[in-house]
Formats: sequence, structure tokens, C-alpha cells
Amino acid sequence: MVEKLTAINIPKIREDFPVLRRQVSGKPLIYFDNAATSQKPNAVIEALDNYYRNYNANIHRGIHKLAEEATVAYEEAREKVAKLVNVSHTEEIIFLRNATEAINLVAWSWGRANIAKGDKIVLTIMEHHSNIVPWQLLAQEKGAQVEYVKIDEEGHLRKDDIHGLIDEKTKIVCMTHASNVLGTVNSIRDIARLAHRFGALCLVDAAQSVPHMRVDVKEIDSDFLAFSGHKMMGPTGIGVLYGKREHLEKMPPFLGGGEMITEVHTTGASWKDLPYKFEAGTPNIAGAIGLGAAIDYLRKIGMRNIHDHEMEITDYALRRMSEVRGVVTYGPRSVDQRVGVISFNLGEIHAHDLATILDEEGIAIRSGHHCAQPLMEFLGVPAMSRASFYVYNTKDEVDVFINALEKARKLFGS
Amino acid sequence: MSSDIYKDIILDYYRNPRNFGDLLDADVRVKDTNPLCGDIIEMQLKIKDGKIEDLRFKGKGCAISQASASMLTEVVKGKTLDEVKALGKADVLDLMGIDPGPTRIKCALLGLKVLKLGVYGYLGQAITEEVKQLV
Repeated sequence: MVEKLTAINIPKIREDFPVLRRQVSGKPLIYFDNAATSQKPNAVIEALDNYYRNYNANIHRGIHKLAEEATVAYEEAREKVAKLVNVSHTEEIIFLRNATEAINLVAWSWGRANIAKGDKIVLTIMEHHSNIVPWQLLAQEKGAQVEYVKIDEEGHLRKDDIHGLIDEKTKIVCMTHASNVLGTVNSIRDIARLAHRFGALCLVDAAQSVPHMRVDVKEIDSDFLAFSGHKMMGPTGIGVLYGKREHLEKMPPFLGGGEMITEVHTTGASWKDLPYKFEAGTPNIAGAIGLGAAIDYLRKIGMRNIHDHEMEITDYALRRMSEVRGVVTYGPRSVDQRVGVISFNLGEIHAHDLATILDEEGIAIRSGHHCAQPLMEFLGVPAMSRASFYVYNTKDEVDVFINALEKARKLFGS
Repeated sequence: MSSDIYKDIILDYYRNPRNFGDLLDADVRVKDTNPLCGDIIEMQLKIKDGKIEDLRFKGKGCAISQASASMLTEVVKGKTLDEVKALGKADVLDLMGIDPGPTRIKCALLGLKVLKLGVYGYLGQAITEEVKQLV
């Protein structure tokens, strides 16, 4: 996939998002909570509407026109996902609810078949709870160990930890591609290579990377990759697991039910081939079609353009924030190897108070522990605020945000 | 410089909390947190003749949680335990003079919950659903 580098027209892109015309507290909405979920363009809303209005039907089994159209649209969406992350075998793409369910599938299906007492599961300290808890549950059940790669002061994984922890006892290394707190982009390829050298697999939580940058599974060579549709302009309730065929084929089913079997008898059942083995029950058909529309939209703008624009905003925001007295930011200060997520604190102001003050200015940010309590504990910070950007955000919005930070600082007298 | 929620009075109680600290001869010490944001409030109560003779609070968290707890301590001093049990969400909001909205209401009610936990605990009575649902 070669993407042409063309200038992108942000005001025109903004017109595609109905919610961006909204007022909050009597002011234009500034949506800086994109790492939690993204807003949706008309193209996605219309794709959902069109499916429900014109060809709503269950897929795969019906022998009628509507079922045929729905099945084609659902499978086309799978092909779009495969192309987006450069997967050549479409059956390696499994539709699930979200990245969390994708990671749980691997922990349950692969994990319970392959992890034994004394084995090691290596995570990083910057993982989201969704890439920690499934592994803790597995480790407790099997008597395995969970170890964490720590980070340096700028929020990069410590190389000596990576080399010290990944060894012959390691069965899987699970890490985020881009941190939802620090914004750090990890060098997956190097870590996957190291894991493979010890015969371990590598699972990547790509929930914060796939929506914002070009991700190529062949290049990074991860065995599993998980991401969510709703963070990339798609609907909620649709997510993706990519897995290498050699692993997925050997793995037992996760959920049992309709759609995933070839034959069922009173004494047992046999499974369908990939990807259906892992898609029990009627899937989120509309969600998959909506995700397909989101991918079309993203690729029309170009993943490289999206990333470049977000890095320009992030660089500008980091610089402007450093001028506000009392602001502390966490994570890399350079926009090299980064996504557009900035976590910060302002003086002694509690993150929740700050989020409320910003909300009064029409600015949506996140505050709290960001589902990454081990990281917060490691950094010794109980709560943080977080601004996270998408392609529709602008420098003008950053200016309003900076003024609101100044206002909060003066209000609290810090 | 105005904010609908962070009125001067809230910020004043946050910066200079009244009845903050320890009560050495307290009959009841009780603590609770808001799991959502980690706000924490501890209340220490001296109870005599069915009334709150004296009390202190300690805590850590956002301005809403700390200011509301402090304001509450001033109001309930001298009140009977029954009067404390009868206090509700509306009383706290009246006291603060703000509507913190659905996402922050639990911050505002943490102090009341802790106070009530203390009173019910002192009386040896089961915690009611109403109290459990405050935060």
C-alpha cells in the first residue's frame, strides 16, 4: 500500500463529523478524548443506517437476497481490515467485540492450552488493564509467572529489562504498540524477534496505534494483534483479533455455539475453519460493516497524513503546555515514535477538578487512572489528566485548551 | 474568572478545610473511598448523649469531595444521630450551593456516606441501601 502524501484539508474533514458542530457549556465542543473513543464521520453513520434500512439480514446461512448482500458486506469489511494492517490471509482476521475480547480469546484459548506451571508471561508496566488482567487470571490458574518490563524517565521500555526478562521460560510477550497513557510507541519488531528467538509468541495491543498510524503486521511480525473499531471512527462493539494461521488453527474454540460448527451431534461437535471457529453466534454485522466504512474513510485521508497531522498537533501542544506554570507531562517529549496522547497534571489540582473546569469550557479530556493502575503506581501518581488527539483536531483548539489550563491555574491559585 | 461549580466558597473550604485533623478521644473512626477516582475521606466522631459532640475529618482528593466533607462537619456538630441519619443528597447540595452534575455527584456525597457509616456503626445498626448507594 503506497499512500500519496498530500496536504489534508482539516476544515473539510471536520465537516464530516456531525458532533463537532455541537456546543458544550455554550461553547464549541473541543473533543480531546480520542484515546477513549473517537467520533464518527457521516460515512460510518450512513453505512450503519443503510444496512439496517436496506439489507438487514443474518449472514452466512440465509438463502435469500438480503442475507447474500449482508454476507458480502460483512466479508468485505474483513478484507478491508486485512488490507489495512497488511494481512494476506483474510481468515486470519477475526471479528470480536473489542481489543479486550481479542486478548481474552488468546489468553483463554491459546493460553490454557500452552501455559504450564513455572512458565513466564512477560508484560510491560505500561499495559492497559485489558492486557494485564487476562494474563493474571491465566497465571493464577496455571501457576505461571507474570513479569513486567519497566520504563525509563521518558516513558520508553527499558532495554535491559527486555533482555533480562525474556528467556527460555517465556511463553508469550504481551505489550502495547502505543501507550494509552504515555503515548510511547514501542519497537515491536525488535521485541518480537527476541521473543521468537526463545520460542515465545508475541501479542500486541494495537488499540492506540492502528487508528492513528500505518501498522504492518508483516513488518512487526507479531503473532497476535488486537484492536477496537470504536477508537478508529467505527462503531462500538466491533473489534479485531489478527492471529497467524499456524497458531489459530491449533487453538481450541473460545466460545461455542452457532456459526462456528460444521456438525453437532449429541456426543460432540466439529469446528468450522478459520475465522468462523472463533465467531460463535450472530456477530456484530452492522458493526463490522461500519468498521469497513471507517477504514475506507481513514485510507482516503491516508494513515501517514493522519499521523503527520496528529504529530504536528502533539508537538505544538507539548510546547504550549510547557509554557503553563505547574504543568507536568508524562511520556516522551519528542514526537518521534509517539502517538497523540498527552497525560499531565497541573500543580496540585486534582485531575477530576481539572476535567470539570475544562468541561465548562467545552473541552472533553479524560482524568483518572486511565485503566493503567500498575503504571500509575510505578510513576507514583494517583491520577492524571489526558488530552488525546485525532485528525480532526486543530492548533486553534489547542490554544483554547491552553487558555483553559491558565484559567484553572488561576482559579485554584497554584 | 468564574466557574459554575468552583465557586469561591468551595475553593475556600478546599484550601482551608474546617475541622480537619485528628480527634484524639474519638468514639468512632471511619474511612471510605470513591473507587472511581480514589478520593478518600476519614471521619472521627465524639458522641455524647445521642449527639455528635465533636468531629474531625481527614482526606485526600478533589476539591468537591474535600470541601463538601468539611462543610458537612460544621453542620452536623451538635446534631442528634437521628438527625444525621435523616440527612440526604439534597442537604449536601444545598450546603454547597452547586449542582455538581451526574459525573461528580459521588465526589460531593462521599463525606456524607462516611459520616453515616460512622453513625450506623456506632449504633450497631446494619448499613441501609440508601447509604450504600450514596457513592
